[in-house]
Amino acid sequence: MNLTLKIWRQNGSSDKGRMVTYRVEDVSPDMSFLEMLDVLNERLILEGDDPVAFDHDCREGICGMCGMVINGVAHGEQKLTTTCQLHMRHFKDGDVVTIEPWRSAAFPVVKDLVVNRSAFDRIIQAGGFISVPAGSAPEAHSVPVPKADADAAFDAATCIGCGACVAACPNGSASLFTAAKITHLGLLPQGQPERESRARAMVEQMDAEGFGGCTNTGECTAVCPKGIPFDTIAQMNADYLKAASK
Amino acid sequence: MAVTGAALVLFLIAHMLGNLKVFMGADSFNHYAEWLRTAGSPALPNRTLLTITEIVLALCVVLHMWAAVSLARRAAKARPVKYAAKRKSQAKGYATQTMRYGGVIIVLFVVWHLLDMTFGAVNPKGGDATPYDRMVAGFQPDRWWVTAFYLVAMVMIGLHLRHGLWSAFQSLGLTRHPRSRGALQTGAAAVSAVLVLGFVVAPICIMIGVVK
Ligand code: HEM
Ligand code: SF4
Ligand code: FES
Repeated sequence: MNLTLKIWRQNGSSDKGRMVTYRVEDVSPDMSFLEMLDVLNERLILEGDDPVAFDHDCREGICGMCGMVINGVAHGEQKLTTTCQLHMRHFKDGDVVTIEPWRSAAFPVVKDLVVNRSAFDRIIQAGGFISVPAGSAPEAHSVPVPKADADAAFDAATCIGCGACVAACPNGSASLFTAAKITHLGLLPQGQPERESRARAMVEQMDAEGFGGCTNTGECTAVCPKGIPFDTIAQMNADYLKAASK
Repeated sequence: MAVTGAALVLFLIAHMLGNLKVFMGADSFNHYAEWLRTAGSPALPNRTLLTITEIVLALCVVLHMWAAVSLARRAAKARPVKYAAKRKSQAKGYATQTMRYGGVIIVLFVVWHLLDMTFGAVNPKGGDATPYDRMVAGFQPDRWWVTAFYLVAMVMIGLHLRHGLWSAFQSLGLTRHPRSRGALQTGAAAVSAVLVLGFVVAPICIMIGVVK
């Protein structure tokens, strides 16, 4: 199939940036979206042009690097799918595909489709950890965890930090990411000692980074490639309110 | 947002029920309006409770709007460069997308509505008539455009509450389970529908002449 791509090109953070139109021909339906971009880039390199910069690493949906907004939807319209796992069979010959970077004041564009997501790292540094004496692994049965808590914590722990939630949120809020981390640690026994200080520190860091405020629109969980549940945001709010009321 | 919104919802429920008294005749309705002003007396001077309620409501409206404006401004700052492709909503829920402009329509409605029913400034009977006469005169067929505006505003309120009601619980951290959120969303839809129906039935009945 042949496609028309409209891609955001921006040569570094101080460049203003613009949409540029490209044609790609003979795209196989078996290609992933990133492989389709590889084909375009090989041609651009042969023609002596600057290839389109985009982030990627694992290409198997687990590292969270490959985010881009495809036709107005973070990671494209395929549900529960990262851009690297999106296949060209979901497109048809002649389609015009718009490709843009995550748009967030807290995720400055590095080049083209690559954004700097260090704001997420700083939210994690603020409290997304547990303090335990390191050493040999403890006996697994010494700390029982109820099955329901283990399941909910594990669901939250699958967040890959891709940032699609921020990109899709009409408010540019990072609540789903932050809530996933707070829920993951806060539901487990090991996370209890720092539970309230963690919620408070992470929420305050999230606000300090310049993300918007959550109005419960639900766009985040709808585009999240890992299906992080909306309930985590209620869990974050509950933990935060409890910490703030002390 | 959540706390001020909750106070306004309680007012809406009481107001909707009060309006339905119009079906019990002029005396019943006017008596009820009178009671609003004299409740608490003789222990308290007339209008004490009413004035307190009015001040609390006005404060809630102002704080609710202030919270909405700051959220909208934060949102604009958080995304300085807009998407070129129109952002396609992936979440279900039309009501969510009406919150900001819907809120503006609702506040414009409240201004008109106070000038109409409370002060009588834009009401054919004026401020000196009884509340019942003002209400019946306000929704006569030749003033169909007023009634139409009321109906549009009520639908906007319904949509506003459809999202706002359950969202308030989420903001307060009370929907930590998919089941509780599901129940609240259904409840929000039901309460909004009842409120809208309860509000629109009186103007419609007046316009078609069932209530005179
Ligand atoms: C079709 C629906 C409605 C009808 C027929 C209606 C009718 C009335 C009437 C007759 C009064 C005057 C009562 C009196 O003087 O004692 C009144 C007052 C008022 N209404 Fe409504 N109303 C409606 C919907 C609403 C809605 C949706 C809101 C809010 C968003 C609202 C806010 C108010 C307020 C703030 C007052 C003044 C209360 C006070 O002065 O203490 N109304 N309404
Ligand atoms: S919550 Fe989902 S969308 Fe947001 S960063 Fe984590 S995996 Fe990505
Ligand atoms: S490249 Fe790792 S998730 Fe897509």
